[in-house]
Amino acid sequence: MSNQIIQGILLGGYYALIACGLSFMFSVMRIINLAHGSLAVFAAFALWWLASRFHIPPFVGLLIVLPLMAAIGWALQRFLLERSARGGALLPILTTFGLAIVIDNMLFEQFGADTRSLAPYIGSLSYDSWEWPGSIYVGKLAVIMFATAVILLGGLQLFLTRTRLGRSIRATSEDPDTAGLVGVDARRANAIAASIAMVTVGLAGAFLGMRATFDPYAGAPQLLFAFEAAVIGGAGSLWGTLVGGIVLALAQTLGAQVHPQGFLIGGHAVFLVVLFVRLSTSGLGLRGLLRLPSRSAS
Amino acid sequence: MSTVSSSPVIERGTATSRIAAIAVAVIIALLAIAPQFLSAGAVDRMTALFIYVILAAMWNALAGFGGLVSVGQQVFFGLGAYFAIRLADAGLNPFASLFVSAIVVGVLSWPLSLFMLRLRNGEFAIGMWVIAALTHLLVNLDRLVQGETGTSLISLNVYDAGTRRVAIYWLALASMTALLATLFGLLRGSTGAAIRAIRDNEDAAASVGVRVTGTKRLLFVLAAFGIGVAGALWLATSITFQPKTYFNVQWTAYMIFMVLVGGIGTFEGAILGALVFFLIETWFGGTGVWYLVGLGATAVLFSLFLPRGLWGTIEERFGLRLLPVGYRVRLPATAVDGDATPQQSTISREKA
Repeated sequence: MSNQIIQGILLGGYYALIACGLSFMFSVMRIINLAHGSLAVFAAFALWWLASRFHIPPFVGLLIVLPLMAAIGWALQRFLLERSARGGALLPILTTFGLAIVIDNMLFEQFGADTRSLAPYIGSLSYDSWEWPGSIYVGKLAVIMFATAVILLGGLQLFLTRTRLGRSIRATSEDPDTAGLVGVDARRANAIAASIAMVTVGLAGAFLGMRATFDPYAGAPQLLFAFEAAVIGGAGSLWGTLVGGIVLALAQTLGAQVHPQGFLIGGHAVFLVVLFVRLSTSGLGLRGLLRLPSRSAS
Repeated sequence: MSTVSSSPVIERGTATSRIAAIAVAVIIALLAIAPQFLSAGAVDRMTALFIYVILAAMWNALAGFGGLVSVGQQVFFGLGAYFAIRLADAGLNPFASLFVSAIVVGVLSWPLSLFMLRLRNGEFAIGMWVIAALTHLLVNLDRLVQGETGTSLISLNVYDAGTRRVAIYWLALASMTALLATLFGLLRGSTGAAIRAIRDNEDAAASVGVRVTGTKRLLFVLAAFGIGVAGALWLATSITFQPKTYFNVQWTAYMIFMVLVGGIGTFEGAILGALVFFLIETWFGGTGVWYLVGLGATAVLFSLFLPRGLWGTIEERFGLRLLPVGYRVRLPATAVDGDATPQQSTISREKA
């Protein structure tokens, strides 16, 4: 059982990876990007394409894909989100949902319905494991994934608190108009934030491809996982998403123990339970489950 | 209808809208006798169109009027079909089970609304999606459904194909008419004023005493019921029930497309959007993936460049109002008779 718990915690690292971009974009731009999962799958396909066509190993391929994702994030913010956010809070949901449909079906058109995996291109890493005391085997990839999540979350935290750019992004998320008054370019800050979010999505896509299989329509479940982890982690700091990811993964692991189809059911159920408990304890005005703690009012 | 006074005239019906009302009655009457003249294939297609109109109108009621964008409305579509299967399996007449099933869906949506309506915007949108995904998984556990293999509404086979086709056509037409009439009545009544107040500004509406949550709940339950009817009717036309097909997010994508293109928050827009979608599907549905890419891209373009949709834009440009659910104010100089010219009605800023 302790073996399963450790596997669950490590899987939580993946969920934290995919959730942190969603949570980050929401906290800065107040937009939930429904194309989030599809973009992660897009990154996985890009790596797969580089690996199968040009024999570029996925870890090297990231050097190409991550800058590409950053550029996509910038363009996404400048050309789509910025414009649709002006039309109110509901419009970006529709815009990004439409985008998700376009991405999914373009991927299907390009790569067909076959499920793919990056596992064949990373050599023995996909199945290598370390033996821990108590005859517990942990996959090297799972540990790398978890470590990446911790480093990424820590790095983002440092970036937001310690650097000038990070502070300007936080200022924009607090109040774009006031930030503008003190010389912060809100458009630039938002575009950079979107780029950063998309880089995390690219990383998440890479690990999705390495640890499992994916197909063109795999984006929707990834979006749900990301959303669930972000909400369970809740109003905490970025580290909240790590906790959320771990809770989600543990619930799925537990669900799988109970019933063969219980993996996903367990995850959704724990999400709803957490949501229910939080809604019923916090009383009225529950406006931002994903909100960073720094923003208290409104 | 219109109150006559010296200064601004408040009006609801116009000459155009009275003609439109007669036209609607004539169209419905023609549709009712249409199966006499249509081929079997055409009858099936028309049935599909009626179901699309229901889906569009119900999603529009929720998003356009209640300000609740849900990406999980397929849950009610799937449940509508699932409960129909269950009820028919329990021995209920298959046609009766279609509607009892929708009532069950409506009843179930009530407790769900207590919980979900406390979420806002994007949280509500994806939260509903999670509900749909979970419900799909739970329905798969039912032995009757046999997982993704699915099952069929076998008991419908006692009726011969011709009778069945026409009966389902009439049921779909009647359901569509009844649901549209209910929504229309709701929007014209005092609830309608509350609904439009919430749509325009929720906080302001609450501050003047509009029961925001209660009104939203009403729309949520109505939409759940309507989409449940649509799901059950779809089951009746296609007979087979595969959870994957019915709980597919594609259904919500269609609803969003229809409403965005037609005109979100306008009564006529949803119907127009369903018609447009129906035509596009008829012409391009065979192109498979590109058709879906086109739908997604069109939705993105409309949300960016024409967020009021086709009908919203027409309405704004020409002051045309076929099925008025609101009132509008016209300045006295222009308010002599019911003929609205483009220049005049740009003055009346009232929406829907």
